Amino acid sequence: MRFFAPKNNVLPGFRLAMGFTLFYLSLIVLIPVAAIFIKTAAAGWSQFWQTATSPRVVASYRLSFGVSALAALANGVFGLLAAWVLVRYEFIGKRMVDALVDLPFALPTAVAGISLTTVYAETGWIGQWLKPLGVKVAFTPLGVLVALTFIGLPFVVRTVQPVLQDLDREVEDAAASLGANRWQTFYRVIFPALWPAALTGATLAFARAVGEYGSVIFISGNMPMRTEITPLLIVTKLEQYDYAGATAIAVVMLVASFSLLLLINLLQWWSAHRGT
Amino acid sequence: MSIEVRDVHKTFGTFAALKGVSLKIQSGELMALLGPSGSGKTTLLRIIAGLETPDDGSGDILFHGENVAALRAAARHVGFVFQHYALFRHMTVFENIAFGLRVRPRRNRPSNDAIRGKVASLLKLVQLENFAGRYPSQLSGGQRQRVALARALAVEPRVLLLDEPFGSLDAKVRKELRAWIRRLHDEIHITSVFVTHDQDEALEVADRVAVMNEGAIEQIGTPEEVYDQPASAFVYQFLGNVNIFEGRIRNGRLRIGCLELPVSSPESADNQPARAYVRPHDIELARIVAGEGVRRGTVQHIHTAGPIVRVGVRTFDGSQTIEVEIAREKHQELDLRVGNVVYYRMRHSQIFVEDYSI
Repeated sequence: MRFFAPKNNVLPGFRLAMGFTLFYLSLIVLIPVAAIFIKTAAAGWSQFWQTATSPRVVASYRLSFGVSALAALANGVFGLLAAWVLVRYEFIGKRMVDALVDLPFALPTAVAGISLTTVYAETGWIGQWLKPLGVKVAFTPLGVLVALTFIGLPFVVRTVQPVLQDLDREVEDAAASLGANRWQTFYRVIFPALWPAALTGATLAFARAVGEYGSVIFISGNMPMRTEITPLLIVTKLEQYDYAGATAIAVVMLVASFSLLLLINLLQWWSAHRGT
Repeated sequence: MSIEVRDVHKTFGTFAALKGVSLKIQSGELMALLGPSGSGKTTLLRIIAGLETPDDGSGDILFHGENVAALRAAARHVGFVFQHYALFRHMTVFENIAFGLRVRPRRNRPSNDAIRGKVASLLKLVQLENFAGRYPSQLSGGQRQRVALARALAVEPRVLLLDEPFGSLDAKVRKELRAWIRRLHDEIHITSVFVTHDQDEALEVADRVAVMNEGAIEQIGTPEEVYDQPASAFVYQFLGNVNIFEGRIRNGRLRIGCLELPVSSPESADNQPARAYVRPHDIELARIVAGEGVRRGTVQHIHTAGPIVRVGVRTFDGSQTIEVEIAREKHQELDLRVGNVVYYRMRHSQIFVEDYSI
């Protein structure tokens, strides 16, 4: 195999570094992922198909992917807003708010799940006010959405923030002097500069949400066909020593996640190549 | 479209960027705002554009006699060219230029065909016909600047404002572009104001120059006026190289060491400290004493590179080194060497007492 190393690199060691990177990625990512496929293949196609398409499992895919997408969307919108506020405005306690954004990263997911459940249960701080309105959060798909939005919050904020900081304020002046109103300035000038970053953030939030386990299982109530997420089904199967069944679901998740990520990456590649 | 600025003040925090500036720009004129950084020239330009507002209750901006001070930038119909171009990175050259037309309200937005035609004619004007599909990052600095100009002109602005239009270009492109801008202005005759800190640029390109310093206008005039009759010591100093001689006025003559210059000063200036300003090309050099007012010095250094020769002459008493510019032929004729004794005479000087010309 021939690698394309830059001829006159300042730092030496291309071969060593490249070799290490490949080895490391194989060890950490590629081999475990391959093991899933091998394990599934060993069980046979018909059993795989049966497990992967049973109604309870299909319902969990719908919940996991659907609600994760909704949560990523919500984070895309509100993360953009939060990043905007944190970059463009000066206010007392700004650093505090900025630090708060990272909290969902730092908090153990089980703690997040328990506190969210407490707050949103019918007797909780927020839940008691929502109940008269007929809105139930805890132990419904809405609760899953709340948990997944919570854990995905930092991604969009943290990816958009640096881009927004680098954004040249002069282009907004330019748009204004050319007669654009505020809305036109936003959607024709600012948003196109921000959306690749926002999309990256939303993708990361989505990926995280699909795999999320700890914070969801408390608030969802785990009712079969209604509020059961796919990772929970995998854990359930493992607890029953049904390794083939667990890996079968895992393969479906893997393929679905990978295809979605690939699609979004293609979208980003396309948008990046328009501008450079 | 004439522009009039009346008594505009602008303060940023505690810094007074503009201290009561008034300025009149004739229709079809190309005016330069010239000054060092921090002199308030860009702030003034941005206030004319509506990108900045004057301090509360101060000042009026009139376009063709109509007060536009209350209008936002979008409603003023000005073309603004930014120092760092401020092109839209995610749009092609074509879309950048078309932007101002596409954001118009639907009822007076041109059709797609009309936009295409307009952009094509502008691309021709700025000599970028083959670049419509490129992105700004694929263009050189000079090309980007011309796209920025075409984009500003696309909306058929009433006035064109340019902020340091050649500021971030290299020397050669800069020269080409400024000659081109002058030709363009002669072609389309749009009232234009440009900001610069480069006196050569202002003097070469503009019809009139407003020299600014510390938030105020020091002098407004044609390039010849501001260069030949500077109104203040600042203008004199800012518009070119200068030798300064410190002295004192006695009986209608300025004494500088053993040198005396006649001055037509009022009585009140008597016995006042004063300075004589002399341009390097207003000093004559000779190898022998001839005529009046000639002083002796020694040649300290000679720079022969370029169209003129710059000679440093140490005064007889050793108190200062005078910069002198002479033609190459003159230099060959004199055959000067470092250390030679040389005689110098001021052909022309201007004397300032505390910044006032007398």
